[in-house]
Amino acid sequence: MNWISIGSIEDIPQRGARCVNTPQGRIAIFRTIENQVFAIEDRCPHKGGPLSQGIVHGAAVTCPLHNWVISLETGKALGADEGTVRTIPLRVEGAHIFIVQEALASRAA
Amino acid sequence: MIEKLIIIGNGMAPGRMLEHLLERAPGRYSITIFNAEPRVNYDRIMLSPVLSGEKAYEEIIIHGDGWYIKNEIMLYKGHKIVSIDRSAKTVTSNHGVTETYDKLVIATGSSPFILPVPGHGLPGVLTYRDLDDVNAMLLAAQSRSKAVVIGGGLLGLEAAAGLSSQGMDVSVVHLMPTLMERQLDPAAGYLLRRAIEDRGIKVFTKANTKMILGKTKVEAVELADGTIIPATLIVMAAGIKPNSQLAKDIGITVNRGIVVDSGMRTSDPDVFALGECAEVGGHVYGLVAPLYEMARVAAAQLAGDAAASFVHSDTPTKLKVTGIDLFSVGDFAEGDDRQEIVLRDAAAGVYKRVILKDDRVIGTVLYGEVADGAWFSDLKKKRTDISEMRDTLIFGQAYQGGPSLGPTAAVAALPDDSEICGCNGVCKGTITNAIVSKGLKSIDDVRAHTKASASCGSCSGLVEQLMTLTLGEAYNPASVQPMCGCTTLGHDDIRRLIVTKRLKTLAAALQELEWKTSCGCAKCRPALNYYLVCAWPDEYADDYQSRFINERVHANIQKDGTYSVVPRMWGGVTSARELRAIADVVDKFHIPTVKVTGGQRIDMLGVRKEDLPSVWADLGKAGFVSGQAYAKGLRTVKTCVGTDWCRFGTQDSTGLGIRIEKFMWGSWTPAKVKMAVSGCPRNCAEATCKDVGVICVDSGYEIHFAGAAGLDIKGTEVLCLVKTEQEALKYIVALVQMYREQGRYLERIYKWAKRIGFAEIRRQIVADEAKRGAYFDRFVFSQKFAQIDPWSERVSGKDKHEFLPMAAVGFAEAAE
Repeated sequence: MNWISIGSIEDIPQRGARCVNTPQGRIAIFRTIENQVFAIEDRCPHKGGPLSQGIVHGAAVTCPLHNWVISLETGKALGADEGTVRTIPLRVEGAHIFIVQEALASRAA
Repeated sequence: MIEKLIIIGNGMAPGRMLEHLLERAPGRYSITIFNAEPRVNYDRIMLSPVLSGEKAYEEIIIHGDGWYIKNEIMLYKGHKIVSIDRSAKTVTSNHGVTETYDKLVIATGSSPFILPVPGHGLPGVLTYRDLDDVNAMLLAAQSRSKAVVIGGGLLGLEAAAGLSSQGMDVSVVHLMPTLMERQLDPAAGYLLRRAIEDRGIKVFTKANTKMILGKTKVEAVELADGTIIPATLIVMAAGIKPNSQLAKDIGITVNRGIVVDSGMRTSDPDVFALGECAEVGGHVYGLVAPLYEMARVAAAQLAGDAAASFVHSDTPTKLKVTGIDLFSVGDFAEGDDRQEIVLRDAAAGVYKRVILKDDRVIGTVLYGEVADGAWFSDLKKKRTDISEMRDTLIFGQAYQGGPSLGPTAAVAALPDDSEICGCNGVCKGTITNAIVSKGLKSIDDVRAHTKASASCGSCSGLVEQLMTLTLGEAYNPASVQPMCGCTTLGHDDIRRLIVTKRLKTLAAALQELEWKTSCGCAKCRPALNYYLVCAWPDEYADDYQSRFINERVHANIQKDGTYSVVPRMWGGVTSARELRAIADVVDKFHIPTVKVTGGQRIDMLGVRKEDLPSVWADLGKAGFVSGQAYAKGLRTVKTCVGTDWCRFGTQDSTGLGIRIEKFMWGSWTPAKVKMAVSGCPRNCAEATCKDVGVICVDSGYEIHFAGAAGLDIKGTEVLCLVKTEQEALKYIVALVQMYREQGRYLERIYKWAKRIGFAEIRRQIVADEAKRGAYFDRFVFSQKFAQIDPWSERVSGKDKHEFLPMAAVGFAEAAE
């Protein structure tokens, strides 16, 4: 397994997100108010909205296009909506955030 | 034969007496009231919430004019009784009205005690007794300057907190070493002092007022130790004295107050006295519960029940300052024959002390956590032997026998005869019986039928819990729609509490308003952020992460994640130079679509997020600022060409539109605000379907508001006609500020106006010049912090992280 550093937790505002570009598409990295960090695909399962641009609350994000609420932990749509976005395994070592390179490739396959 | 009853005074005690009397002996008396105050009977206990802005006068009226008419009571408002003739049995008012009586009730209340120090007669020295005092204080508070309250008792502290929430710089001067020393022990007094000081109120204890300084009006207070405290307003709250002069003048026995027997009769058997002017059993009273008891007894006596008799009892004390919880009842002095149990939790700011004598509770002081006040008070009243539960007594009722109880279960465990409403002496059983037998559904019903929680209101929570217990699912306390799932509070309560509790950060708001989630949700956070910006334009630091993406990146997100950019074109007027700059930007950044908007602007659609700062930089060089086409704020002012070109134009509509837009751009509002100015009634700028519109006419400017042309279609209402451009601007700004302060987040002007009432808006903006001026001034103040172009800020590097990816990974491998 190949862990790649994508930056520091301090690069992401609390209750905010930043993007990581990959050949397979954009990943959104979220930081919650409790400093948990999550990575999910930056595409809402509803109409493909950029989840990284949404408002982050608790461990969830509200999509800016049509207000779907997506769990950052499971990638599942919360409430009455149904749909799932892919989550990407991630590890925080000290302040550094790593993601698994293979996890990126698996999507292309 | 119908007897004649005359009552002098129209405060809460005689008001309550009449309610009892009308119930017990309807039709027995023909009733006349002389009231020196020019108004009906209102709840004086609630003057503090009126002062702090939490309630309006209309909300604290007990008996409106209709009540007197319905009960055929003659009420002389503004009539002071100047003489009584006991042999002829007549009274005469200062306006010359003379009436005869069979029975007379004196209920003249009390007057504030004015310290007889030099300078006490200067303008600017007020007292705190009635609505006139409150109105005078509210007026003085508008100057936002310094106030000194003399007296650190219940009344003084409520006055201080009220003036402070009105924005004044307040000091409290108190003669004794600790605050509220008659109700609190020194430890609780200390905690109270800290809480008062945390609100920015300065506290001087052991402070003896020597004189009030000032030439033509109040300038400062000088203390005996030489300290000088500058002030433009001084409130005397150093105690009250019964108004007994009238009785004394006619030879009725008077001591401290008008002396009455336990049946409320004075030394003249046809003359009764009750309320704060009466002295019974050597006591005079100032709290409402014993005064209401006097009212009950006097009514019974007047109805012919000679056995009715007043019995002294201790009354619990509560302070009506939002956010400060304290409770005190009985005797709490130390003594050899007494034991005490104390609980302190410094971190939580909790202090509890129970004083015991012979295994009975004789006094209780609670600070910070007062839910068990009723329970301790009940133990004391019933002289319950507490030896069995002594070890856990201090933890409250929930700890007695079994697992700890929630608040509702704790109320369920109270016996039926325990007192819920201290002011009105209403027991639990009375309330639950009324709920069941009368089919009561709301707290207002309970107030109407039982009086529980109808005075100071601090037991409202208990009454609601009783309703939940009695009615179960059928009781729905949330007649107010909560803002979102994170809270039980509605928008209006939240706005009010942000101001009155002086909440100035998002974290403080979530904490103090007891949010159910750690950091809110996408519904409440933008709303809270707006309410905070609106309430504290200078002090609140905007919470970036609580703004919708459009307001974070100052462009409008599109379905594919690109953005649209709309520069401001003041009043819809542009030039060759501006158009050329737009054309260049479109070419340089390969912007796919350019479109003219409904608000007379040019929209560039399909801009990639990472290009936004460069697009703005180029537009900025041509003089453009953001058009806020994405904002819950002022969007556009659409205009027609007016007298500049049009053969029908009556005024310079283009000029006025530009002027309004330049004055108001950058302001945040509950929902978007779109405006228009038309130069004549042909209305080419379509001003009559806008949030705010102006139709120019020969005689001036007709101001319109509350139109809609979106989900709903609605023509505007006319606010008024004004003569000059300057006036038009002032009225429009005041109207928008009123909406900014009262509108619920995402509620457009037309919905707000419908909710508030068009007449009320006209009353405040058109009829009330002072209100209009104040709204205008607050808007101007708020603009000082709002009119900063967000585009140029970001071109200079603000929020840089927003526009750049954090990293790019995997590209080298992919190329292999």
